[in-house]
Amino acid sequence: MGFNTSRRGFLGVATAGLAAAALAGCSSNNTSSGSSASAAAFDANKSYTLNVWAWEPTIQKDSEVTKAFTKQYPNITLNITNTGGASDEYTSLSNALQAGTGLPDVAQIEYYALPQYSIGSNLADLTPFGAGDLQSKYTTGTWNSIHQTTNKGAKGIFALPVDSGPMALFYNKATFDRAGVTTPPKTWDEFYDAAVKIHALGGNYYITSDSGNDAGFLTSIMWQLSPGAFKVDGQKVTVDFTGADFQKFVTIWQKLISEKLISTSITGWSDEWFKGLGDGTLASLPTGAWMPANLLKSSPAASGNFRVAAMPSIDGSAKNAENGGSSLAVLAKTAADTQAAAYKYLEFVSNGPGATLRVQAGNFPSLEATLEDPNFQASTGDFAAPDLLKYFGNQEYNKQLAAGAKNVNSGWSYLPFQVAVNSKFADTVGKAYNNSGTTLKDALSAWGDAIVSYGNDQGYQVTKKS
Amino acid sequence: MTTIVGATAGATPPATAVANRHKRDWRGWGFVGPFVAVFLFVFIAPLIYALVSSLFSYRAFFGTTEFVGLSNYTKLFGDQLFWSGLGRVALVLLIQVPIMLGIALVIALAIDSGRLHGSGLFRISVFLPYLIPTVVAALMWGFLYGTNYGLVSQINSALGTHINPFAQQWILVSIGNVMTWTYVGYNMLIFYSSLRSINASLYEAALIDGASEWQIIKAIKLPHLRGSLAITTIFSIIGTFQLFNEPSIMQKMAPAVITNSFTPNMYAYNLSFSSGQQGYAAALAIVMGLITVIVAYAVQLRGLSLDEGKK
Repeated sequence: MGFNTSRRGFLGVATAGLAAAALAGCSSNNTSSGSSASAAAFDANKSYTLNVWAWEPTIQKDSEVTKAFTKQYPNITLNITNTGGASDEYTSLSNALQAGTGLPDVAQIEYYALPQYSIGSNLADLTPFGAGDLQSKYTTGTWNSIHQTTNKGAKGIFALPVDSGPMALFYNKATFDRAGVTTPPKTWDEFYDAAVKIHALGGNYYITSDSGNDAGFLTSIMWQLSPGAFKVDGQKVTVDFTGADFQKFVTIWQKLISEKLISTSITGWSDEWFKGLGDGTLASLPTGAWMPANLLKSSPAASGNFRVAAMPSIDGSAKNAENGGSSLAVLAKTAADTQAAAYKYLEFVSNGPGATLRVQAGNFPSLEATLEDPNFQASTGDFAAPDLLKYFGNQEYNKQLAAGAKNVNSGWSYLPFQVAVNSKFADTVGKAYNNSGTTLKDALSAWGDAIVSYGNDQGYQVTKKS
Repeated sequence: MTTIVGATAGATPPATAVANRHKRDWRGWGFVGPFVAVFLFVFIAPLIYALVSSLFSYRAFFGTTEFVGLSNYTKLFGDQLFWSGLGRVALVLLIQVPIMLGIALVIALAIDSGRLHGSGLFRISVFLPYLIPTVVAALMWGFLYGTNYGLVSQINSALGTHINPFAQQWILVSIGNVMTWTYVGYNMLIFYSSLRSINASLYEAALIDGASEWQIIKAIKLPHLRGSLAITTIFSIIGTFQLFNEPSIMQKMAPAVITNSFTPNMYAYNLSFSSGQQGYAAALAIVMGLITVIVAYAVQLRGLSLDEGKK
């Protein structure tokens, strides 16, 4: 599956000096703004212990972020458990929630899984702590994602962003040039034409791979092209895969599968996949902006060849979506005064000094200020990354990625049971990828049926538009 | 216990029977008690717990667990994913089990023939895979099968072939191969120990009658093996229906081919841990258990009736 641990590769470019610089420039938000009576105040003279579950390397026990936080808040002890990977954490979290015991105070949760945990009122609303005033700090995509509604109809902000993944097309310019594709495809139609040319280079050359087991990719494409695919209004959920632009994409993708122009046998995040990306036989990759560090680490052979372009769309207009990315949430069961301390931690990691440290370690930012920082865009100064610049042939890749973050569609929402139905994705949609004669359209419809039946079992009223 | 008490009561005059009942002896329970307690706790309680769970369903939206009667069961009967998973293990059962038992039988007969040099070493090396944990075996074979890094990739580049053991049409063969590799030794040992228990005088008599080695196998050894054949078949049926380790380890290497509902056990696991449908998973487990019992029992009945037909 797409949301796995391999994504959390990081560069480790942060140095002690940079960390100190970041600390010096810190001015942490006071919780006074917009605080309501229900939020307990943080007391700097009291000692707190926070149990944190996370898998991301930059927020682990011995990371720079943790060291800097402990220095700034000596009265808060962080007890960080590395959960290994996102899906392992969800299993533990769901079990602990059902049992009602053994819960952490703070948990890292991916954006696509956030609705699942906030709907059951399992997460604390951060609005009383002042989270409502942070809109101007974050990108549209991440700000959208942290807004959720509980099953009791209460709207709130249930997490603060850790990173983001606006999509982009990462392509191997050397392969594109050899195939005679001079400009990166602006539309999915052009993407198809490029695929034909690239496959003509040799039987093992493909424009990209998709083996039909990554729900994250197709749901991101829905977000990009027909963001109304999932509508959630409390108990009422509608599933609609019939959006015109998304259906156009499905038709093109079907052609790519049927004509064997994309590889359906190479699975994302496998050794084979990284090898293909390294030797140029997998010529491009539409994915989230967190990809550069992973490419550098696992496909070093392609250094100098990769470039970043905007995501292709249907009509060539700049439309984008997020793919992946995660947030930090505070559990509702956490005691009120511990929640106040937990919020301090969230702020530090999400928009305080920790945010800078994390970007230096290879995360893609969710803060507008960082995205617009000329040093970030050019990978210079505090954000110097010479290896990555070389990897992308001195292209200011972060500039392109930051531009992509501006075009993320609003109005998208994941299902409040996305984690569960994604586990049924390969069972249904996967059939369109293994020569079983099922079309992608029918396979998606079967997934839609599985979503309807699962959702209704869970107490929702799900309808599917067909 | 009760029947013995009853029998004694029946044989004695009513008055003494009443006295006996008052003096009921509980000492026996002292011996059986620990076993009964453990048996109830370890075998019966989980079964009852699963049965009760299967009648409930967790409603994530409300965060509550509701009684749903038999609806988990009715849903299961219409669940395509469950039936195709069952179809897969049934296919493995029909093809892999006879091959595996056949190989085990041939090896057992070969070792037992006494014409093999170093039969002790041969025996232990065939048995060795059984000592390797299935998880390790699956990982090991997964690496051999890898088309990019394993033995298969070397074969492919040497011969110019495009064999992919993880392809849709080969995956069951690949998994069946791992199962055969693991369990041939175990079954061989059962056959072999059964062959060793044949009275040597039978062989002497056969030799005096001028029987050939084939005739000895057909007339003495195979009939004698019928019991252990029934046992190994039943074990294999149970093992195959519970197929879980091999495919779930290999799922990481071929996630698009080995999906979450690949075998009924994997499906139950994923229902329970990925989608929070513990009640449905319990219903699946119970139905799967019943199917296994029925198939195993049918095979056992057939084995017994064949036995009796011979006598």
